Amino acid sequence: MDLTPSDEQRLLRDSAERFIAETYTTKLREKNAAEPLGFSAAIWKQFADLGWLALPIAEDYGGLGGGAVDVGILMESFGKGLVSEPYLATVVLGAGLVAEAGSDAQKQELLPKVADGSMLLAFAHAERAARSDLARVETTATRSGDGWRLDGAKIAVLDGRAAHRIIVSARVKDEDNKLALFLVAPDAEGVTLRDYPRLGGGQGCNLTLADVKTSIDARLGSADALPMIEAVTDRALAALSAEAVGIMQTLLDKTLDYTKIRKQFGRPLSSNQVIRHRLVDMSVACDEARSIALRAAMMADDGSVARGRAASGAKAKIGKGARFVAEQAVQCHGAMGVTEELDIGAYFKRLLAFETLFGGSSHHYRRHAMLSGR
Amino acid sequence: MDLTFSAEERAFERDVREFIAAHLPAETKRAQSLTPSVFSDPEVIVAWQKALNAKGWVAPGWPTQYGGPGWTPAQRWIFETQCALAGVPSISPMGTKMVGPVIIGFGTDAQKNYYLPRILAGDDVWCQGYSEPGSGSDLSSLKTRAVRDGDHYVVNGTKIWTTHAHHANRMFALVRTSEEPRQQEGISFILIDMKSPGVTIRPILTIGGDHEVNQVFFDDVRVPVSDRVGEEGKGWTYGKYLLEFERGGGIASARLREALKTVAAFADSDMTGHAIDDPDVSLRLSEVEVDIDALEMAELRVLSAMQTGQNPGAVSSMLKLRVSEIHQAITRLGVDVIGNDGLVVEPMRPLYTLNHEPVIPEALLPVVPKHLNGRAYTIFGGASEIQRDIIGKLVLGI
Repeated sequence: MDLTPSDEQRLLRDSAERFIAETYTTKLREKNAAEPLGFSAAIWKQFADLGWLALPIAEDYGGLGGGAVDVGILMESFGKGLVSEPYLATVVLGAGLVAEAGSDAQKQELLPKVADGSMLLAFAHAERAARSDLARVETTATRSGDGWRLDGAKIAVLDGRAAHRIIVSARVKDEDNKLALFLVAPDAEGVTLRDYPRLGGGQGCNLTLADVKTSIDARLGSADALPMIEAVTDRALAALSAEAVGIMQTLLDKTLDYTKIRKQFGRPLSSNQVIRHRLVDMSVACDEARSIALRAAMMADDGSVARGRAASGAKAKIGKGARFVAEQAVQCHGAMGVTEELDIGAYFKRLLAFETLFGGSSHHYRRHAMLSGR
Repeated sequence: MDLTFSAEERAFERDVREFIAAHLPAETKRAQSLTPSVFSDPEVIVAWQKALNAKGWVAPGWPTQYGGPGWTPAQRWIFETQCALAGVPSISPMGTKMVGPVIIGFGTDAQKNYYLPRILAGDDVWCQGYSEPGSGSDLSSLKTRAVRDGDHYVVNGTKIWTTHAHHANRMFALVRTSEEPRQQEGISFILIDMKSPGVTIRPILTIGGDHEVNQVFFDDVRVPVSDRVGEEGKGWTYGKYLLEFERGGGIASARLREALKTVAAFADSDMTGHAIDDPDVSLRLSEVEVDIDALEMAELRVLSAMQTGQNPGAVSSMLKLRVSEIHQAITRLGVDVIGNDGLVVEPMRPLYTLNHEPVIPEALLPVVPKHLNGRAYTIFGGASEIQRDIIGKLVLGI
């Protein structure tokens, strides 16, 4: 039993924090947001050179064999800088699904390219009617000639426009409606992609699949994909939780700085007990978020019940804490807090997106209760 | 980073479990489960403390030269967890966790040789003389006076909220020995024999129906100067040291988890008409459980930092705040879970001495008293508002 980071983890944290502080400035973030894909190809290349894209990929496939705690260290720093590069979509979700569900040949083909930065992936799973229910998928896959035919509609595909391959979930009609995953090229015939700038940074898209033909080997593995989707989503929840910790901490730090300097009635805002105690409550929320995010990461490879309870617990609790910290950060900055002249709003929106992604706090408390047998 | 235990730690866990199984009397366990107040009565603890003392396990935080077991932080965590799992009563912290460390840190050899073994054996029952009617959160404004008269101090004044003063034969107290410009100066830390002439005790009943706290009056009480710990006038420093000692390395999550499990078991039983089927109850159980998970990680982070010799710093100062709030959330959930049975008042105390068939199942009797008693958690030991001031100052620099 030990929660002390290893030397490697300390180095990773140092290099990620340095990169965010020195390179990923507000100016760069704003420039990236104006790029057609919502991020910078040059920065993505730097991520590859730093080994960050290879981090959680197994060594057999050109990766470094890191775990969810290592990914969390990176994500926390990404949160501090509001990084918009598609790390979650490509590395955590995309490469994660290939590693869980893919055949050895598929892993050999895709994972080394993710690790070297030449392959971007996205995951198209959510559907409008499903809300946050991972099991509810109406998109269908049917055998057609010597390949597959996909039909359906997906929403909230993170960074889908930039992806070289989109992993689409669908129910296989000929196999008892078993859930399966298919690699689809975004420019394939029948794919309509409607992209948009995403709340809080990055991009998203909605996807329509009408009579989309893929080759027979586009299917990732052949087993029921639901447990794999759940496992990878739980790891994404852990990664997002770590990112939220970085965002919350930054909002706290900025609010502390501001309330110490801003004077009204002849004294700093922070000298008022009502403000001081609110800042303390924000810092307690940050600290609890850090604890519970680390727990989700440390349990990311446990059995499905323990893993799911830890991931949903973190998402639910951090969702509540994030809302509190974000709202109070804006409140304490006064009218300036609701302008685009400060970046408080940018952090606020990223936390709002965090709360929304993969279901909100009440959904995850419900899932926690369900996994606890209630 | 690793949440699992090493082979040695697992072996230690087995030892602790076996020790508890062999030495915890069934009636002690029952009495503890029927105790709504913060502290267990001395008569509940005595057999268990004797067994612990024979094993050298009474004071996990003490240096080995004074009888501490020399455990690593991980071992302390394992011990607390196993005690919580088994429903073991807590040894009164006033000897082992409060006055003990002050005597170890600042006492004379004579004081150490006399008092420390008696604390371990449970020969003395201690109470704490800090708060006064006019000095609650503003503790250093205290007015109880000790005037030097030859080899004695003559003490006059009053202390309040004195837990177990009616059981105690010893009190450690902060008293004013001189008037100084700063109210934190001129305070001394003395040890008072509760059987001395001039000590009177007035019981104070709390809303849960328990007699746990008291007001203590001192009327020309003579205390030997040799029972002052440390220097005269430096008592505030020792008092603060005690509070810091108490705060570092606290392990509360294990007991909170068991308390929540008890409430969940009530909710999942015929006793409550399966309150758990109410989606609100089910969700709140999850909400509190996740709060405990976060608290446990914070405690483990502190322990890991201590294990590598670091100062736990910021994290530990937040624990008291969260522990008290979570305790209150659990007891409140308990009240909601038992529904109409919460209307039944059983005035008998201690509950474990009840000699008639209660109106509701025995296990449900302490639920409402625990909740009522629990309202004190965010008040004693520095109210939550004081904790927020401390965190603001020490952690956030505001």
